[in-house]
Amino acid sequence: MQDSQGGWGRDLWVGLFVLVGLLSLAYLSFQVGGVQYRGPGGLSLVAVFDEVGSLKPRAQVVVGGVKVGQVEAIHLDRDFRARVFLELDGDLALPSDTSASILTAGVLGDQYIALEPGADERTLVSGDQIEYTQGAVILERLIGKLVQNLGAGPKK
Amino acid sequence: MVDVAMAVRRLGAETIETVRGLGEFGVFSWRLTDAGWRPPLRIGRLVSEVYDVGVLSLIIITVSGLAVGMVLGLQGHNTLVRFGAEESLGAVVGLSLVRELGPVLTALLVAGRAGSAMAAEIASMVVTEQLDGLRMMSVDPLDFVVSPKAFAMLLAMPLLAALFVTCGIFGGYFVGIVLLGGDGGNYLSALESAVNFEDDVAGGLLKAVVFGALVGLIATFRGFTAAPTSAGVSAAATSTVVVASVATLVFDYIITALWGV
Repeated sequence: MQDSQGGWGRDLWVGLFVLVGLLSLAYLSFQVGGVQYRGPGGLSLVAVFDEVGSLKPRAQVVVGGVKVGQVEAIHLDRDFRARVFLELDGDLALPSDTSASILTAGVLGDQYIALEPGADERTLVSGDQIEYTQGAVILERLIGKLVQNLGAGPKK
Repeated sequence: MVDVAMAVRRLGAETIETVRGLGEFGVFSWRLTDAGWRPPLRIGRLVSEVYDVGVLSLIIITVSGLAVGMVLGLQGHNTLVRFGAEESLGAVVGLSLVRELGPVLTALLVAGRAGSAMAAEIASMVVTEQLDGLRMMSVDPLDFVVSPKAFAMLLAMPLLAALFVTCGIFGGYFVGIVLLGGDGGNYLSALESAVNFEDDVAGGLLKAVVFGALVGLIATFRGFTAAPTSAGVSAAATSTVVVASVATLVFDYIITALWGV
């Protein structure tokens, strides 16, 4: 090539530059951005809660504190309960009496769903519904109840 | 009465001039893009330009990225510690870098470092009649000289922005964790749970691509249409930095307003 920088060294540097740029991109996308290949055959479950609090799509789903999936969507049921769709790792064999509860990470943290595996022989397959659920605890209601109970308590 | 008529006339002349300039820029952009796609593809020229724009900008981008990340880490830590929320430092640093600071600062730095040089180079070719020489040999200077430069800018900008953000994340880590003694696992997990691909990373990349196209087009246009004098060369370099920086910031707002990234 007739370029001034001279073929070899220039090509090498450009190659290195593109490589470093692509590596940064990959780091941002996969590590930071959390793109993950969840191949066909992920486990999709449904759980119905009375109250989801501030649970949002993409919230974590954990078993024993380990992340196994995320909340895909939240819809309102016909009987005004929240129907939460979960997308979990495909090779997860959860017993069919697994229970789901909405918890909060820290005092002001995000809400997430914790699954507690039961002891049943049968396992949940895609499309199944989780029977035992425990909705989110709303702090204001809890305090309200506490104040009421204290007020109504025995006076000495 | 005559004064008013003169003022109105000047307003009209200014308007026509502005619209004519924009139209010229549009035609130039179209012709450049068209020439860039058509074979023969100037791969060798493109690689050479990527060297000038990308490789030679590596140092300024890594150092600036680290510095910006370190400042974010320090400022974020000092503010968050009041609310006892130091553990969200990673989210603050990551989101602000990926969505805003990475693409915008990269575009400003590249416009200053490579865009001005690009405009000055093309403008000095205009002055020394090299472009006319090419035309005389029936080589289209847009195809041979100008379009590889603009495409190199478009190609290099997202890569440089990604590098900037990555350096910034580690700069923030260095200050928040190593110097101020935060928890490293918390930093990274807050970062990873706050930043997601579709909204944040893809949005930041979209910005970088748009800014790359803008800076590349403005720099080559200013150089190509420079007055054939030595003052014209310096004016082309200066106005490239000014116009490209303003355009970057304005388009940043527009993209954020339209797509919320």
